[in-house]
Amino acid sequence: MSVLRVNPTRMELTTMKRRLATARRGHKLLKDKRDELVRRFILIARENASLREQVEQALGGALRDFALASAVMEPGALYQALLYPARQAALTMGRRNILSVRVPVFSMDEESLGKAVLPYGLAETSAQLDGAIETMSQALPLLIKLAETEKTSSLLADEIQKTRRRVNALEYVMIPQFEETIRYITMKLDENERGALTRLMKVKDMIAERAT
Amino acid sequence: MADKLLRMGAVGEEDAILAFKAIGAVAVPANTADEVASALHRLSRDGIPIIFITEAAARMAPEAVARYDQAMETAVIPIPGIRGSDGYGAQRVRDNVIKAIGADILQYNN
Repeated sequence: MSVLRVNPTRMELTTMKRRLATARRGHKLLKDKRDELVRRFILIARENASLREQVEQALGGALRDFALASAVMEPGALYQALLYPARQAALTMGRRNILSVRVPVFSMDEESLGKAVLPYGLAETSAQLDGAIETMSQALPLLIKLAETEKTSSLLADEIQKTRRRVNALEYVMIPQFEETIRYITMKLDENERGALTRLMKVKDMIAERAT
Repeated sequence: MADKLLRMGAVGEEDAILAFKAIGAVAVPANTADEVASALHRLSRDGIPIIFITEAAARMAPEAVARYDQAMETAVIPIPGIRGSDGYGAQRVRDNVIKAIGADILQYNN
Protein backbone atom coordinates (compact mmCIF):
# COMPACT_ATOMS: atom_id res chain seq x y z
CA MET A 1 0.00 0.00 0.00
CA SER A 2 1.33 3.36 -0.96
CA VAL A 3 2.29 6.02 1.50
CA LEU A 4 0.55 9.35 1.17
CA ARG A 5 2.78 12.17 -0.01
CA VAL A 6 3.18 14.26 3.08
CA ASN A 7 6.00 16.05 4.82
CA PRO A 8 7.35 13.93 7.64
CA THR A 9 6.68 16.45 10.38
CA ARG A 10 5.13 16.23 13.77
CA MET A 11 2.18 18.30 12.64
CA GLU A 12 1.43 15.96 9.76
CA LEU A 13 1.70 13.04 12.14
CA THR A 14 -0.98 14.49 14.39
CA THR A 15 -3.21 15.21 11.40
CA MET A 16 -2.76 11.67 10.12
CA LYS A 17 -3.55 10.18 13.50
CA ARG A 18 -6.70 12.23 13.69
CA ARG A 19 -7.75 11.20 10.20
CA LEU A 20 -7.09 7.56 11.02
CA ALA A 21 -9.29 7.77 14.09
CA THR A 22 -12.09 9.35 12.04
CA ALA A 23 -11.74 6.74 9.31
CA ARG A 24 -11.92 3.95 11.89
CA ARG A 25 -15.03 5.39 13.47
CA GLY A 26 -16.65 5.94 10.06
CA HIS A 27 -15.78 2.41 9.08
CA LYS A 28 -17.40 0.95 12.17
CA LEU A 29 -20.55 3.03 11.73
CA LEU A 30 -20.88 2.20 8.05
CA LYS A 31 -20.36 -1.47 8.75
CA ASP A 32 -23.18 -1.38 11.29
CA LYS A 33 -25.36 0.45 8.80
CA ARG A 34 -24.60 -2.13 6.14
CA ASP A 35 -25.45 -5.03 8.42
CA GLU A 36 -28.75 -3.52 9.46
CA LEU A 37 -29.64 -2.63 5.87
CA VAL A 38 -28.95 -6.18 4.77
CA ARG A 39 -31.08 -7.57 7.59
CA ARG A 40 -34.04 -5.42 6.60
CA PHE A 41 -33.44 -5.98 2.93
CA ILE A 42 -33.68 -9.74 3.30
CA LEU A 43 -37.07 -9.42 5.00
CA ILE A 44 -38.33 -7.09 2.29
CA ALA A 45 -36.90 -9.16 -0.54
CA ARG A 46 -38.63 -12.29 0.75
CA GLU A 47 -41.92 -10.42 0.99
CA ASN A 48 -41.33 -9.05 -2.48
CA ALA A 49 -40.76 -12.50 -3.96
CA SER A 50 -43.90 -13.98 -2.42
CA LEU A 51 -46.02 -10.93 -3.33
CA ARG A 52 -44.82 -11.12 -6.90
CA GLU A 53 -45.78 -14.74 -7.09
CA GLN A 54 -49.27 -13.98 -5.79
CA VAL A 55 -49.73 -11.04 -8.14
CA GLU A 56 -48.55 -12.97 -11.15
CA GLN A 57 -50.99 -15.72 -10.38
CA ALA A 58 -53.93 -13.37 -9.82
CA LEU A 59 -53.17 -11.21 -12.81
CA GLY A 60 -52.49 -14.12 -15.10
CA GLY A 61 -56.00 -15.37 -14.48
CA ALA A 62 -57.61 -11.96 -14.81
CA LEU A 63 -55.80 -11.14 -18.02
CA ARG A 64 -56.71 -14.48 -19.51
CA ASP A 65 -60.36 -13.80 -18.74
CA PHE A 66 -59.92 -10.44 -20.33
CA ALA A 67 -58.46 -11.95 -23.47
CA LEU A 68 -61.38 -14.37 -23.57
CA ALA A 69 -63.86 -11.56 -23.18
CA SER A 70 -62.25 -9.60 -25.97
CA ALA A 71 -62.35 -12.68 -28.17
CA VAL A 72 -66.07 -13.08 -27.59
CA MET A 73 -66.93 -9.43 -27.97
CA GLU A 74 -66.29 -7.10 -30.83
CA PRO A 75 -63.04 -5.20 -30.28
CA GLY A 76 -64.77 -1.86 -30.70
CA ALA A 77 -67.45 -2.75 -28.20
CA LEU A 78 -64.92 -3.77 -25.58
CA TYR A 79 -63.00 -0.58 -26.01
CA GLN A 80 -66.19 1.42 -25.80
CA ALA A 81 -67.33 -0.39 -22.68
CA LEU A 82 -64.14 0.56 -20.91
CA LEU A 83 -63.73 4.00 -22.39
CA TYR A 84 -64.96 5.78 -19.31
CA PRO A 85 -63.84 4.09 -16.15
CA ALA A 86 -66.52 4.13 -13.50
CA ARG A 87 -64.03 5.14 -10.92
CA GLN A 88 -60.58 6.48 -10.62
CA ALA A 89 -58.14 4.36 -8.73
CA ALA A 90 -56.66 6.99 -6.50
CA LEU A 91 -53.84 6.50 -4.10
CA THR A 92 -51.77 8.56 -1.78
CA MET A 93 -48.05 8.48 -1.43
CA GLY A 94 -46.19 8.92 1.80
CA ARG A 95 -42.59 8.45 2.74
CA ARG A 96 -40.79 6.19 5.10
CA ASN A 97 -37.24 6.45 6.24
CA ILE A 98 -35.27 3.21 6.48
CA LEU A 99 -31.82 4.13 7.81
CA SER A 100 -31.98 7.39 5.87
CA VAL A 101 -33.02 5.69 2.67
CA ARG A 102 -36.25 7.36 1.72
CA VAL A 103 -38.78 4.90 0.40
CA PRO A 104 -42.35 5.45 -0.75
CA VAL A 105 -45.42 4.20 1.07
CA PHE A 106 -48.53 3.86 -1.03
CA SER A 107 -52.00 3.61 0.31
CA MET A 108 -55.26 3.26 -1.50
CA ASP A 109 -57.90 5.89 -1.30
CA GLU A 110 -60.85 4.57 0.73
CA GLU A 111 -63.31 5.08 -2.06
CA SER A 112 -61.22 3.12 -4.50
CA LEU A 113 -61.39 0.05 -2.35
CA GLY A 114 -64.51 -1.99 -1.99
CA LYS A 115 -66.51 -3.68 -4.64
CA ALA A 116 -65.82 -3.35 -8.30
CA VAL A 117 -68.03 -0.97 -10.19
CA LEU A 118 -68.66 -2.01 -13.73
CA PRO A 119 -68.35 0.93 -16.07
CA TYR A 120 -70.82 -0.42 -18.62
CA GLY A 121 -74.25 -1.86 -19.06
CA LEU A 122 -74.70 -5.60 -18.95
CA ALA A 123 -76.50 -5.96 -22.24
CA GLU A 124 -73.65 -5.69 -24.67
CA THR A 125 -70.79 -7.23 -22.79
CA SER A 126 -69.87 -10.79 -21.98
CA ALA A 127 -69.87 -12.32 -18.55
CA GLN A 128 -66.13 -13.03 -18.64
CA LEU A 129 -65.48 -9.33 -18.64
CA ASP A 130 -67.37 -8.84 -15.37
CA GLY A 131 -65.37 -11.63 -13.80
CA ALA A 132 -62.09 -10.27 -15.09
CA ILE A 133 -62.77 -6.80 -13.75
CA GLU A 134 -63.82 -8.23 -10.42
CA THR A 135 -60.55 -10.18 -10.15
CA MET A 136 -58.57 -7.13 -11.16
CA SER A 137 -60.20 -5.02 -8.46
CA GLN A 138 -59.47 -7.66 -5.88
CA ALA A 139 -55.86 -7.82 -6.99
CA LEU A 140 -55.49 -4.04 -6.77
CA PRO A 141 -54.43 -3.76 -3.11
CA LEU A 142 -51.95 -6.54 -3.77
CA LEU A 143 -50.61 -4.70 -6.79
CA ILE A 144 -50.09 -1.54 -4.79
CA LYS A 145 -48.36 -3.48 -2.06
CA LEU A 146 -46.14 -5.11 -4.65
CA ALA A 147 -45.23 -1.73 -6.10
CA GLU A 148 -44.28 -0.47 -2.66
CA THR A 149 -42.17 -3.50 -1.71
CA GLU A 150 -40.49 -3.74 -5.04
CA LYS A 151 -39.50 -0.09 -5.06
CA THR A 152 -38.30 -0.31 -1.48
CA SER A 153 -36.28 -3.38 -2.26
CA SER A 154 -34.62 -1.83 -5.29
CA LEU A 155 -33.79 1.40 -3.42
CA LEU A 156 -32.37 -0.57 -0.51
CA ALA A 157 -30.33 -2.78 -2.79
CA ASP A 158 -28.74 0.29 -4.30
CA GLU A 159 -27.99 1.80 -0.91
CA ILE A 160 -26.47 -1.46 0.32
CA GLN A 161 -24.21 -1.57 -2.68
CA LYS A 162 -23.08 2.00 -2.06
CA THR A 163 -22.51 1.40 1.64
CA ARG A 164 -20.59 -1.78 0.97
CA ARG A 165 -18.29 0.05 -1.40
CA ARG A 166 -17.67 2.75 1.17
CA VAL A 167 -16.94 0.18 3.87
CA ASN A 168 -14.49 -1.64 1.62
CA ALA A 169 -12.81 1.55 0.50
CA LEU A 170 -12.26 2.55 4.11
CA GLU A 171 -11.16 -0.89 5.22
CA TYR A 172 -8.82 -1.80 2.40
CA VAL A 173 -7.61 1.55 1.09
CA MET A 174 -7.97 4.49 3.44
CA ILE A 175 -7.15 2.88 6.77
CA PRO A 176 -4.06 0.93 5.56
CA GLN A 177 -2.87 4.08 3.80
CA PHE A 178 -3.11 6.14 6.96
CA GLU A 179 -1.41 3.44 9.02
CA GLU A 180 1.39 3.19 6.51
CA THR A 181 1.83 6.95 6.42
CA ILE A 182 1.90 7.19 10.19
CA ARG A 183 4.56 4.50 10.35
CA TYR A 184 6.56 6.28 7.66
CA ILE A 185 6.43 9.61 9.49
CA THR A 186 7.34 8.07 12.85
CA MET A 187 10.26 6.25 11.35
CA LYS A 188 11.48 9.36 9.54
CA LEU A 189 11.23 11.42 12.74
CA ASP A 190 13.08 8.75 14.75
CA GLU A 191 15.77 8.58 12.11
CA ASN A 192 16.20 12.37 12.19
CA GLU A 193 16.47 12.26 15.95
CA ARG A 194 19.12 9.55 15.85
CA GLY A 195 20.96 11.55 13.18
CA ALA A 196 20.90 14.67 15.32
CA LEU A 197 22.10 12.71 18.33
CA THR A 198 25.09 11.17 16.56
CA ARG A 199 25.95 14.56 15.08
CA LEU A 200 25.95 16.11 18.54
CA MET A 201 28.15 13.33 19.92
CA LYS A 202 30.55 13.77 17.04
CA VAL A 203 30.71 17.56 17.54
CA LYS A 204 31.32 17.03 21.24
CA ASP A 205 34.18 14.66 20.45
CA MET A 206 35.68 17.19 18.03
CA ILE A 207 35.50 19.97 20.63
CA ALA A 208 37.07 17.69 23.23
CA GLU A 209 39.89 16.85 20.77
CA ARG A 210 40.58 20.49 20.02
CA ALA A 211 40.72 21.34 23.74
CA THR A 212 43.49 18.85 24.42
CA MET B 1 -47.70 15.70 -0.43
CA ALA B 2 -49.16 12.82 1.49
CA ASP B 3 -52.81 13.77 1.01
CA LYS B 4 -52.69 14.43 -2.68
CA LEU B 5 -54.64 11.86 -4.62
CA LEU B 6 -52.52 10.26 -7.27
CA ARG B 7 -53.31 7.83 -10.01
CA MET B 8 -51.73 4.74 -11.44
CA GLY B 9 -50.42 4.21 -14.91
CA ALA B 10 -50.17 1.23 -17.20
CA VAL B 11 -47.96 0.81 -20.25
CA GLY B 12 -47.89 -2.10 -22.65
CA GLU B 13 -49.81 -3.86 -25.33
CA GLU B 14 -53.37 -2.70 -25.82
CA ASP B 15 -55.07 -5.94 -24.73
CA ALA B 16 -53.31 -6.20 -21.41
CA ILE B 17 -53.59 -2.60 -20.33
CA LEU B 18 -57.30 -2.37 -21.12
CA ALA B 19 -57.77 -4.39 -17.97
CA PHE B 20 -55.94 -1.72 -16.02
CA LYS B 21 -58.00 0.97 -17.63
CA ALA B 22 -61.03 -0.84 -16.27
CA ILE B 23 -59.85 -0.37 -12.71
CA GLY B 24 -59.07 3.26 -13.22
CA ALA B 25 -55.44 3.43 -14.23
CA VAL B 26 -54.14 5.78 -16.90
CA ALA B 27 -53.47 3.36 -19.72
CA VAL B 28 -51.02 4.23 -22.47
CA PRO B 29 -50.66 1.64 -25.22
CA ALA B 30 -47.12 1.14 -26.48
CA ASN B 31 -45.82 -1.36 -28.97
CA THR B 32 -42.30 -0.21 -29.79
CA ALA B 33 -39.30 0.67 -27.68
CA ASP B 34 -39.71 4.37 -28.45
CA GLU B 35 -43.38 4.32 -27.54
CA VAL B 36 -42.63 2.58 -24.27
CA ALA B 37 -39.92 5.10 -23.41
CA SER B 38 -42.07 8.11 -24.19
CA ALA B 39 -45.09 6.62 -22.40
CA LEU B 40 -43.02 6.05 -19.24
CA HIS B 41 -41.59 9.52 -19.47
CA ARG B 42 -44.97 11.13 -19.90
CA LEU B 43 -46.60 9.26 -17.03
CA SER B 44 -43.68 9.97 -14.75
CA ARG B 45 -43.75 13.66 -15.65
CA ASP B 46 -47.44 13.76 -14.81
CA GLY B 47 -46.50 12.70 -11.30
CA ILE B 48 -47.88 9.19 -11.44
CA PRO B 49 -46.06 7.20 -8.76
CA ILE B 50 -46.87 3.65 -9.84
CA ILE B 51 -46.54 2.61 -13.44
CA PHE B 52 -47.35 -0.96 -14.33
CA ILE B 53 -45.60 -2.16 -17.44
CA THR B 54 -46.14 -5.46 -19.18
CA GLU B 55 -43.12 -7.72 -19.23
CA ALA B 56 -42.99 -7.73 -23.00
CA ALA B 57 -42.90 -3.92 -23.09
CA ALA B 58 -40.29 -3.79 -20.33
CA ARG B 59 -38.07 -6.14 -22.31
CA MET B 60 -38.35 -3.88 -25.32
CA ALA B 61 -37.01 -0.81 -23.56
CA PRO B 62 -34.73 -1.86 -20.72
CA GLU B 63 -32.90 1.51 -20.60
CA ALA B 64 -36.15 3.42 -20.21
CA VAL B 65 -37.18 1.15 -17.34
CA ALA B 66 -33.73 1.33 -15.72
CA ARG B 67 -33.92 5.11 -15.72
CA TYR B 68 -36.60 5.01 -13.04
CA ASP B 69 -34.90 2.36 -10.93
CA GLN B 70 -33.42 4.82 -8.48
CA ALA B 71 -36.12 7.47 -8.64
CA MET B 72 -38.17 7.47 -5.45
CA GLU B 73 -41.12 9.21 -7.07
CA THR B 74 -41.76 6.66 -9.79
CA ALA B 75 -42.04 2.92 -9.35
CA VAL B 76 -42.05 1.02 -12.61
CA ILE B 77 -43.45 -2.42 -11.88
CA PRO B 78 -43.39 -5.18 -14.48
CA ILE B 79 -46.51 -7.32 -14.63
CA PRO B 80 -47.29 -10.37 -16.73
CA GLY B 81 -48.99 -9.76 -20.06
CA ILE B 82 -51.87 -11.75 -21.49
CA ARG B 83 -49.60 -14.67 -22.25
CA GLY B 84 -48.72 -15.03 -18.58
CA SER B 85 -45.43 -14.32 -16.90
CA ASP B 86 -42.17 -14.88 -18.74
CA GLY B 87 -40.01 -14.49 -15.65
CA TYR B 88 -38.88 -10.90 -16.23
CA GLY B 89 -40.38 -9.59 -13.00
CA ALA B 90 -39.09 -12.48 -10.93
CA GLN B 91 -35.66 -11.98 -12.48
CA ARG B 92 -35.70 -8.35 -11.40
CA VAL B 93 -36.42 -9.37 -7.81
CA ARG B 94 -33.51 -11.82 -7.94
CA ASP B 95 -31.22 -9.22 -9.52
CA ASN B 96 -31.91 -6.89 -6.62
CA VAL B 97 -30.96 -9.59 -4.15
CA ILE B 98 -27.78 -10.41 -6.01
CA LYS B 99 -26.88 -6.74 -6.19
CA ALA B 100 -27.38 -6.24 -2.47
CA ILE B 101 -26.05 -9.45 -1.03
CA GLY B 102 -23.88 -10.91 -3.74
CA ALA B 103 -25.66 -14.22 -4.03
CA ASP B 104 -29.17 -15.36 -4.82
CA ILE B 105 -30.40 -16.41 -1.41
CA LEU B 106 -34.09 -16.55 -2.27
CA GLN B 107 -34.09 -19.74 -4.29
CA TYR B 108 -33.01 -21.84 -1.34
CA ASN B 109 -35.60 -20.41 0.97
CA ASN B 110 -38.67 -20.84 -1.11
